[in-house]
Amino acid sequence: MKYVIIGNSVAACGCIEAIRKVDTQNPIVVISDEKYRVYSRPLISYYLGGKVDESKMYIRDEDYYEKNMVETKLGKKAVAVDFKNKEVILDDGEKVKYDKLLIATGGKPFIPPTKGSESKNVFTFIKFDDVKAIDEAIKNGAKKAVVIGAGLSGLKAAEALIKRGLDVTVVELANRILGSILDLEASRIVQDELEKHGIVFKLETSVDEIIGDGKVERVKLKNGEVLDADIVVFAIGVVPNIDFLKGTELKINRGIVVDNRMQTNIEDVYAAGDCAEGYDFVFEQQRVIPIWPNAYNQGETAGYNMAGVQKTFDRGFPMNSIGFFDVHMITAGIVVPNSDDIEVLVKHDKEKNTYRKIYLKNGRVVGFMFINSIDRAGMITNMIKEGFNVESIKHRLLDEDFGYLDLPKEIRQEKILGGAKA
Amino acid sequence: MAKKIFPKEDVCVGCHLCEVYCVYAHSKYKKPNAKAHELVKLYIKHKDSKPTPRILVEEKSGTWTTFALQCRHCDDAPCTKACITGAMKRLEDGRIVCDEEKCVGCWSCIMACPHGAVRRGENKKAASKCDLCLDLGEPACVKNCPNEALEIKEV
Ligand SMILES: Cc1cc2nc3c(=O)[nH]c(=O)nc-3n(C[C@H](O)[C@H](O)[C@H](O)COP(=O)(O)OP(=O)(O)OC[C@H]3O[C@@H](n4cnc5c(N)ncnc54)[C@H](O)[C@@H]3O)c2cc1C
Ligand code: SF4
Ligand code: SF4
Repeated sequence: MKYVIIGNSVAACGCIEAIRKVDTQNPIVVISDEKYRVYSRPLISYYLGGKVDESKMYIRDEDYYEKNMVETKLGKKAVAVDFKNKEVILDDGEKVKYDKLLIATGGKPFIPPTKGSESKNVFTFIKFDDVKAIDEAIKNGAKKAVVIGAGLSGLKAAEALIKRGLDVTVVELANRILGSILDLEASRIVQDELEKHGIVFKLETSVDEIIGDGKVERVKLKNGEVLDADIVVFAIGVVPNIDFLKGTELKINRGIVVDNRMQTNIEDVYAAGDCAEGYDFVFEQQRVIPIWPNAYNQGETAGYNMAGVQKTFDRGFPMNSIGFFDVHMITAGIVVPNSDDIEVLVKHDKEKNTYRKIYLKNGRVVGFMFINSIDRAGMITNMIKEGFNVESIKHRLLDEDFGYLDLPKEIRQEKILGGAKA
Repeated sequence: MAKKIFPKEDVCVGCHLCEVYCVYAHSKYKKPNAKAHELVKLYIKHKDSKPTPRILVEEKSGTWTTFALQCRHCDDAPCTKACITGAMKRLEDGRIVCDEEKCVGCWSCIMACPHGAVRRGENKKAASKCDLCLDLGEPACVKNCPNEALEIKEV
């Protein structure tokens, strides 16, 4: 029996850790086209901003692979999988046999076709090497940056760049920043904070052309405006990194389609993380949920099943915890109501600059958005997961000091005393 | 499997001494057998923000119910799976700890912890949570609760 994992990020960690809980014998091979041991993608902005150094980028100890008896093939790209003969083909021609395969290739940056996007100093913002290259450009004198996309990673890039002393303009097609996790009111709070620190926003427009003589000099926007720029960062989003599997018998929709055991349509082949399309429990549909905890959980579930222990994961839904300067927010589930039967609870305390908004459906929480009032938010996340009926306590949910005392004694004790399992 | 601390709300008097001992036990002034009066003498305000206890006494005005809650050291800890740095991790003895040097204060653990047991630590830099008094051998809150409202058990 031999386990092979393509990809070496958090989904792979989940898989390795689950396998080793139940199988301490059989070999695991991890293949990654990146040369680093497992590091944190979300930390690249912290690295660029100077908050963490290279040693803190790694999410597991140095002896992780050794301890878990994992053989790594780093800096090698899988270029094809021969599902019939059960082998992964690498870019140097090597063939790696597997008995159980996990595809955990994550996401790759999406760059819309743009004139000039091949120019020097045009970057994406996904990998460690991306920020090392940006760092290099800054050290070589880059002063003005244009970030395309005001989503989570675009704004994290902008925050890091402004901390490095650059002039930063963020360009966003939508009418608000962080459109995937915030409503208009909430995004205003965050935008104010970012503007206070000097970030300039151009909303409802996008990039038309990157101008320069082989190297970025200016960016022309769709609204006609032209901005000076030394670097451009594309951070519009990620798409599943599965091109090398297209055209095979593997079932792919937007991502690799998996069931709640992370099994694909091909026997002994599993997928997890940003490359996989699993069930979203809140939206009640198959979706790619490109976030860290989901990738870990899916990888872990795959690992158990690969090692022969039947486990299911059917409680995936989007959730985010993110901060910019002094503004912190946690959001989960539905953040833009998608049907009429959703009840909205909201409290915006302008003085304290806090915002809490909760969506309920049939007496149950299906989503929330908390800004600057995030303590104990996990209790609400868990209520979504459990489908807990909050009808009798619903207005307490908006209060900052919501806690176990708001629950009936039996339930509270069950959760605390028995709830050590979670 | 880790030991866990269980609060007994029926006898908790809401005195918050567990919080005081917790702060003390995690300060640089800690002494294994400190008594309350020594603790008052020893503790010097040393940071620009108030130290955060890793235990949380829940109480609401208008109710008599109080109890002290801390990390459950979950068997299947969601905080470790959500942590983007690897700071929140399980030790071999089963306890869940936060490596505060590594933590970047992203609060993914707060988003994930079903009990609301992670707090933002001093200066809101790193996550602060119960480590079952790793350095002392025995949790200061359990040892010092005047009414034995906290109990440590292997489950
Ligand atoms: C800047 C940034 C900030 C983020 N912040 C957060 C956050 O705060 N919270 C959160 O929840 N999520 C965040 N995310 C998302 C999170 O990082 C991802 O959800 C998570 O990394 C997905 O993990 P994964 O294991 O699926 O794959 P990935 O992390 O995408 O890794 C896939 C790995 O597979 C390798 N690979 C791909 N194809 C091949 C191939 N053919 N052969 C060999 N190797 C291959 C890749 O190089 C990569 O190493 C952030 C992402 C970015 C980019
Ligand atoms: S911090 Fe929360 S999720 Fe983590 S082990 Fe403790 S109780 Fe469980
Ligand atoms: S706040 Fe610290 S411990 Fe919590 S998830 Fe973030 S990095 Fe991990």
